[in-house]
Amino acid sequence: MPDGDKYKRVAYYPGCALEGSGHPYNRSTKAIGKALGLTLDEVKNWNCCGAMEVKNIDPKLQTYLSSRVLSIAANEMGADVVMAPCNGCYHNLKKAEYDLEHDDASVEVTEQLSTKAGHATYKAGQVETIHALDWIKDAIGEEELAARVKNSLKGLKVANYYGCMYTRPRHIFPEKDQGEGSESTSKPHFMDDLLAAAGAENVEFPLKTACCGGAHTLSDSDISTKLVLNILKAAEAAGADVIATECPTCHSGLEMHQIRAETEFGEKTQIKIVYFTQLLGLALGLKPRKVALHENISDSFELMAEKGLV
Amino acid sequence: MPIHEKSLIRPEDLETHDELVIDGVDVSGHWSTFIRSRVVTDYNEAMEEEIAALPGGEFIHRCWQCGSCTNSCTVHAVNPEFNPRYWIYLIRLGMESELLRDKDIIWQCVSCNKCTYACPRDVFPEGVMKATAHWLEAKGHTPKSPSMLFDEVFTDQVMATGKIEEGRTIRSFFKATGQPLKQAWLVEMVKRMLTRLPIKLMMTMGLATVFRPRTSGWGRARAAMEDYAAEQKRKQHAALGLDGKGHDGKDEPQIPAAAE
Repeated sequence: MPDGDKYKRVAYYPGCALEGSGHPYNRSTKAIGKALGLTLDEVKNWNCCGAMEVKNIDPKLQTYLSSRVLSIAANEMGADVVMAPCNGCYHNLKKAEYDLEHDDASVEVTEQLSTKAGHATYKAGQVETIHALDWIKDAIGEEELAARVKNSLKGLKVANYYGCMYTRPRHIFPEKDQGEGSESTSKPHFMDDLLAAAGAENVEFPLKTACCGGAHTLSDSDISTKLVLNILKAAEAAGADVIATECPTCHSGLEMHQIRAETEFGEKTQIKIVYFTQLLGLALGLKPRKVALHENISDSFELMAEKGLV
Repeated sequence: MPIHEKSLIRPEDLETHDELVIDGVDVSGHWSTFIRSRVVTDYNEAMEEEIAALPGGEFIHRCWQCGSCTNSCTVHAVNPEFNPRYWIYLIRLGMESELLRDKDIIWQCVSCNKCTYACPRDVFPEGVMKATAHWLEAKGHTPKSPSMLFDEVFTDQVMATGKIEEGRTIRSFFKATGQPLKQAWLVEMVKRMLTRLPIKLMMTMGLATVFRPRTSGWGRARAAMEDYAAEQKRKQHAALGLDGKGHDGKDEPQIPAAAE
């Protein structure tokens, strides 16, 4: 068990999506942080991590963009830990960390660009990058979380959906697959653990790490719709009421292609899509507006009322 | 069946005779179908090296054709023609004309990295798919794919302001691909959003499209990245033998470039 105090105050990197379509994730993350007594210091004057696109123009540009965020957290804010709730951001910061530790050419380009841009070059190992799941797990833990639950998620059947970038490729997550207590890249369980601690009933969901086609959500929409429909149907078949998400791209993709499957393919699915932070917030007794439940496109109010959560 | 896995042979490579006698033996029926002999002479011996010179393609030489990439592939499950193992095989052999049969779907890789996870040789097949898609565009075999256009409008915006404002990215992409903004699903999505979104948030989102979110003091980072991107573009042109000309003598090869 890592030292929990280290994670009670972290540098917070929301990223671009959380200021746009992922706003409910941003709001609910901040709300549960506050409710749990955790401090988030937003990374000053941050920039885009490069998302899934810049690497296709040039991977080292992406490494530089992510390294600038890490550099500000480490060198200008003196942070030890950077927390990124978005899978894309989290993935890119981890990838930059890996490349700067193992690839001389990436180090050289990052140094060159950082110098020209006029800020300190990030050096591998200066900060630790964690996901919002690690944050709650490490700073609070399941036991304390369970003790703080005011409004149990009992009776809510959840399919936990982790997507691609939280676990793949394995080599950029050296802390995963390290036995008991660590996250698994083939069968991730951190979200399951936290929601179970909040009383939810996790269903056996085979598509936890399936791809939603997020990279081509607009450029190859039909494939994305097919991939999302697989995920939605599998969750329904598993008996879930909601799909819990931990990535704004996955979340928006599921919401958007649930509608697109309806309008373009005539395939209607009923399952609701909710951020895990929103579920935790409701369990901690926060009002639905505090966790921005009304900002989701997928309208889960009726379901939550049925379960006595709103 | 006299020809095993006949379904894998293209119809134009099969020759069937209703009645056939060879050396006095009647071989009609099943035994009258033959695979046409093929002699391949148009190897592109530079192809593997060129694709390896593009970002992501560096480790193609490690492949030992186990097929784990195709087996784990998200897109292959939707479209069986999408076959990374086979394309890597063709590239390494230099069978360009064969690869070109699939040129219009290679860009469809969704970067889920299941292949990278499964690959026992660290080929990074996801990167090889991107490098191959870039190579096809640079050589003039394919127009810019919708994915490439999206990557470009996205990267242009990050380079310009340091941040992404999604509304702008979507509009630029639809413009670049000539699509109308008024698509049935998009209209339906906006309708559902508007029923519950608070006015304050809508105003904030609306303002973001006017006052673009930006990283302050971004100018130097932008200039540095643009210089770097231009230098990479030059290097890639040289590696692909495209100095100023496409392979058909066309001007302005469409090499991926971030900077405007």
